[in-house]
Amino acid sequence: MAGVLPREVLICTIARLLDGVRHVAVGASSPIPAAGAMLLRAMKEAGGTIGPRISILGSVEHNFFTNGSAELFDCAGQGRIDAFFLGGGQIDGFGNVNLVGTGDYPRSSVRWPGSFGSAYLYFVVPRVILFREEHTPRVLVEKVDFISAPGVSQDGVFRSGGPIALLTGKGLFRFDKTRPGFHLESVHPGHDLAEIRQATGFRFEHDAEPRQTALPDRATLDLLRGRVFDELAETYPEFAAQMQRDLGTVDA
Amino acid sequence: MVLSEPRAMAKHIEPGMRVALPVDYAGVSMAMTRPIIEHGAGDLDLVCVPTGGLQVDQLVGAGLVRTVETSAVSLGEAGGAPRFNAAVKEGAVRLKDATCPAIHAGLMAAQKGSPFMPLRGLIGTDLLRHRDDWRVVDNPLADGGDPIVLIPAIKPDVAIFHVPMADRFGNVWIGRRRELAAMAYASRTVLVTVERIVEENLLADELSAAGVLPALYVTAVARAPQGAWPYGLWGEYPADGAEIARYAKAARTADGFSAYMAEAQMEPA
Repeated sequence: MAGVLPREVLICTIARLLDGVRHVAVGASSPIPAAGAMLLRAMKEAGGTIGPRISILGSVEHNFFTNGSAELFDCAGQGRIDAFFLGGGQIDGFGNVNLVGTGDYPRSSVRWPGSFGSAYLYFVVPRVILFREEHTPRVLVEKVDFISAPGVSQDGVFRSGGPIALLTGKGLFRFDKTRPGFHLESVHPGHDLAEIRQATGFRFEHDAEPRQTALPDRATLDLLRGRVFDELAETYPEFAAQMQRDLGTVDA
Repeated sequence: MVLSEPRAMAKHIEPGMRVALPVDYAGVSMAMTRPIIEHGAGDLDLVCVPTGGLQVDQLVGAGLVRTVETSAVSLGEAGGAPRFNAAVKEGAVRLKDATCPAIHAGLMAAQKGSPFMPLRGLIGTDLLRHRDDWRVVDNPLADGGDPIVLIPAIKPDVAIFHVPMADRFGNVWIGRRRELAAMAYASRTVLVTVERIVEENLLADELSAAGVLPALYVTAVARAPQGAWPYGLWGEYPADGAEIARYAKAARTADGFSAYMAEAQMEPA
């Protein structure tokens, strides 16, 4: 559709995936998930209801914690965080996430920063959204080289949380923990099933003709480009400025 | 508490010590980095609370580090930590990969004088598989089953951090950065650099007292204006992203790292 940026589709999809949460936590360098959470809040408030509480790690303005960096994890352990986002250098078809590196651990040939809080939050946050814009076989692999956080756990292991969806620059997958595995739910505008199959290193289920990811309506776009981009600029000024520049290039 | 200066404080660090350092936004004492490197005590076992960045990368680059226990090491928006990543590739440092709440749990155990803290999560991860110091037990309070991980107490020899102020009695104001208190409770020696030293007793006013780490836990304090630079300090000044990016670029090679560290101009512009 002319006039909607690919990243706007992602932000609106995230807002949909978050519908109903009371408290969502967002990582320090995650402008698109933050924008999705802010959009949901704006939509709820425009509709006269209360939007979700948003904790942005590393932000002073959007941080409600007073007990240091441990409080987020304590809060999640108490069941007070409903949704969180995880990226991952590698994500596999079982929902396993690798944030540590490729090759033979510990002497990783490529070393990424590390697991951060994933090995805990993935277990205790009910709605974890896997989000990675890059959709290539090197990211979406058959089997991760290192499990920072497992997609599912054996029976008997305490698990109140886990992945519900995987969102990439090409499409949206739902996670089915009973198989376990991913089901392609929708394809973003400009992409198709054949392309996604080629770009995905793991097997996934899909309909014969997957539908297109829903696009935002005018009212949603207006909220996003107004209030949400203004709020976003406080925490992610460079990202907000880039979105404004990109908007200048489309017939918005 | 002793009123000191960074070079004198660095002498508390002895070879083989376990040293706790805070996450980049909590108050990193970058002012201590060069004195520590000049002092030269090596074979350090670093504990990042709960992640590390520039300071860890520079201590690794200087060859002083034996082990890094951390949930992550990176330079944030400036990308990966170049000397750390190179050392990992060469096998020059031993890794104790963790997850943030496990580091907090280990410090919490030490704070309480307990041998361990139980922690949910972790089961089925390769982190747990590579940690022979972590144990899995069945929850003794359940009717059976319910495995849970025990994280042993983390008891650093030294904790080092930077905050806005201390008073002349050695009370240190940490605001809501409570991980700094957790580090201090757990550590034998606590070295703090501050932007300024104030005359009034910070414990005298309830508003400031709530954010104070009492002198009881503080070994030495040194004044170091802009002491977190190029990191920022909460409530005081933002990070200098351009300088961190300049370091990230320079330190891609060992020679570039040495040249950067040798520069006389290591003060904020």
